[in-house]
Amino acid sequence: MSLLEITDLHIALPEGSQRPYAVEAANLHLAPNEILCVVGESGSGKSLTARAVMGLLPKPHVKVAKGAVNFQGEDLAAAPDARMRDIRGSEISMIFQEPMTALNPVMTIGKQIDEVFRFHAAMLGRERRDRALKLLDDVHLPDPTQIMSAYPHELSGGQRQRAMIAMALALDPKVLIADEPTTALDVTTQAQILKLIKEMQKAHDTGVLFITHDFGVVADIADRVAVMQHGRVVEEGPTAKILSSPEHPYTQSLMAAVPSLTPRPARPRSEDKVLEVKNLDKVYRSGGALFGLGKPAREVHAAEDVTLDLRRGETLGIVGESGSGKSTVARCIVRLHDADAGEIILDGADLRPLGRAALRPYRSKIQMVFQDPYASLNPRTRVGKIIALGPIIQGMSQQEAEDKARELLEIVGLDARAFDRFPHEFSGGQRQRIGVARALALEPQVLVADEPVSALDVSIQDQILKLLDEIREAMNLSMIFITHDLRVAAQVCDRLAVMRYGRVVEEGATATVFASPTHEYTKALLDAVPGKSWTPGSDTFAAQ
Amino acid sequence: MGHFAKRARYVIKRLLQAVPIVFAIIVVNFFLLQLAEGDAVDVLAGEAGSATPEYMAELREKFGLDKPLIVQLGLYLKNVAMFDLGYSFRHEMPVLELVLDRFFATMLLMVSTILLAVGFGVLLGLLAATGLNTWRDTAISIFALITYATPLFWVGLMLIVVFSLNLGWFPTSGMENIAMFYEGWDRVFDIARHLVLPTITLSLFYLALYTRLMRASMLEQAGQDYVTTARAKGLTERRIMFVHVLRNALLPVVTMAGVQVGALIGGSVIVESVFAWPGLGMLAFEALFSRDLNLLLGIFLLSALLVVAVNLIVDIIYSVLDPRIEVA
Repeated sequence: MSLLEITDLHIALPEGSQRPYAVEAANLHLAPNEILCVVGESGSGKSLTARAVMGLLPKPHVKVAKGAVNFQGEDLAAAPDARMRDIRGSEISMIFQEPMTALNPVMTIGKQIDEVFRFHAAMLGRERRDRALKLLDDVHLPDPTQIMSAYPHELSGGQRQRAMIAMALALDPKVLIADEPTTALDVTTQAQILKLIKEMQKAHDTGVLFITHDFGVVADIADRVAVMQHGRVVEEGPTAKILSSPEHPYTQSLMAAVPSLTPRPARPRSEDKVLEVKNLDKVYRSGGALFGLGKPAREVHAAEDVTLDLRRGETLGIVGESGSGKSTVARCIVRLHDADAGEIILDGADLRPLGRAALRPYRSKIQMVFQDPYASLNPRTRVGKIIALGPIIQGMSQQEAEDKARELLEIVGLDARAFDRFPHEFSGGQRQRIGVARALALEPQVLVADEPVSALDVSIQDQILKLLDEIREAMNLSMIFITHDLRVAAQVCDRLAVMRYGRVVEEGATATVFASPTHEYTKALLDAVPGKSWTPGSDTFAAQ
Repeated sequence: MGHFAKRARYVIKRLLQAVPIVFAIIVVNFFLLQLAEGDAVDVLAGEAGSATPEYMAELREKFGLDKPLIVQLGLYLKNVAMFDLGYSFRHEMPVLELVLDRFFATMLLMVSTILLAVGFGVLLGLLAATGLNTWRDTAISIFALITYATPLFWVGLMLIVVFSLNLGWFPTSGMENIAMFYEGWDRVFDIARHLVLPTITLSLFYLALYTRLMRASMLEQAGQDYVTTARAKGLTERRIMFVHVLRNALLPVVTMAGVQVGALIGGSVIVESVFAWPGLGMLAFEALFSRDLNLLLGIFLLSALLVVAVNLIVDIIYSVLDPRIEVA
């Protein structure tokens, strides 16, 4: 028997949108005690489908145009607002991607949980409090009494998501909708949250509609999978079947784009040292002073005694979770931040103590590609100028620089006509190509890429990684590649440096690190990679 | 409680921070007024009409105006430290007495203006945002636009023409009807009646500002993720608006109001002149024209203290409203 049955769902977009329907003729069903993963890239309509079930479509522009959402014999698409309010939070509840913004910043966790009880059940204050404490304990939060009176910003990302889950499960809903609930979390935290969702689902016989873009997560958690593309459900079936023998070409291409956890074959290491980082130290300080009455002085040791060595033509991956100091190291190397101590040796010269003017000739030798392709390009500057500006500053003539920019656009796989357009006219993947072209314009020896693909869909991610690889090959570049994603690292990096709390805890050839990690933390990281039992493109996946 | 101790510590810290600020303000004000041409003696002599240079020199010596600047500053600082703000030769009264006398009137006008502007601004902004794109929103927006664009003094004069002269509802000027010798509640009522027009005049501009700010802030907050969460919990729209969105939307308004208290004192000079309100603004205006530098310095000092105090209060309110602000 189905708990939730979506039939022929059409969600209409406002007139003048790129397409008339965000979701078109979608059919999905969810049984009790089942986890259905809806997988798709951005714009596939997976999130809107979930919102339609909750009656939370962005009113009044986006609405259900046709079809039914049958929940225990009741059509939610046609239910009145008051009835939907009764259902939301008690019978169907939802958790979201970003637990920081999804919780009200000026209200305590206890009060936010309490609201669910107050609006759906007649309970005394005392009883509500006891229930909330029990919930927080159930989701394994330490010291529930203290968490009750804490504000969201006082918790860690994982704790916040646990609190969200507690809130969603407060009244034992029959259906839990999870919209990318682990995407914003670190990999080890993600593993814990996935485990928690599964545990809660088993304990309460909940049907879970789990929205994700990550096949690794699917492999770990799903009973059944539905793949969405351009608003249509293109394939649906049991997890084991979809993962081992996908039928639809789109599903196949999506899976082919998921980087494998098996590191690529090792290449011989060059003897030629391009960049050496020795004993790099960086401390962020805040507060203090004013006769001891200021904020308590806070010191964060973001990089401590970091030593790296990059050879010609090699890609060195720096992996770690948020706060590990990996971005700080990258920014110190490019001299966007000033390190407190240590040496950054490029071409025999130590860059660290150089002033602005003295540094300028070296700037062109080391360039950076940034994480967010939307924020890292000036929205009011034409693409051609963005690329040509660097060489012009370094003394190239305008004409020469512009010719070079056109050439580079072709190299990164864009049309040279992109030259006169503005960044907002391009998609995320195309913008990241522009970012790469901008970095290459100065013909650097070293390219520092800070999470260059983490904001991109998996198929685009695959393209950008291939592009970076080709360019590194063709230009004999050396690359420092910062990432939190071990799958990406396995496919791109020759060597890995694993960072935690500002220190490099393990360093070595990628294959060695993956095969026999020596540090506990590396082991934990490798263990937490979602879907590690599944290798894309093969049928080694064994159903749990 | 730990939280209370933290807040007390924060207040002490802020008070200590205020000391060098106030000191700097005194010194800067002192030198600023020295830049102005002429002194009190010039004015006195000019008014008397036939002062000899000898008599002027004698006067200067008496007032201590012949000493080197740095000595004058030192003397002034010493006196201020002992709560002696000097003597107003113009009014023939100690400055402190004079200023404190007017201080109450200005505080009354300021507090009622802030309450009116912030209170109604928040209310109107709320009404506009909850009825987005309806006639209510349009009407409020037009009202805000018009009041925002109208000059202060003109509003004051028009209010007098309409409500005092034509309708006779409110008195035209002053703070109370001295001739009636009211006492007790009668006096309070009398002052309140006098307060209405100046308060409205002074607050209209800020009212418009806060209305627009509140409306924008409400709309911004309504699009946040936590609002979706609140809906997903099945809360009513009412609860979402008034409990979740409102408190977050208030934050920018409180910040803005805190910053503008200083500007309010400046604005009150015009309003106090129009309505003959016996406040600091009027006093400053008179002092300026009679080159009564001691008095002017005293008013500056008091205004500065007022602004510092209000900022402190606003910051404390803010830290209560927004738990993310660290009070430590």
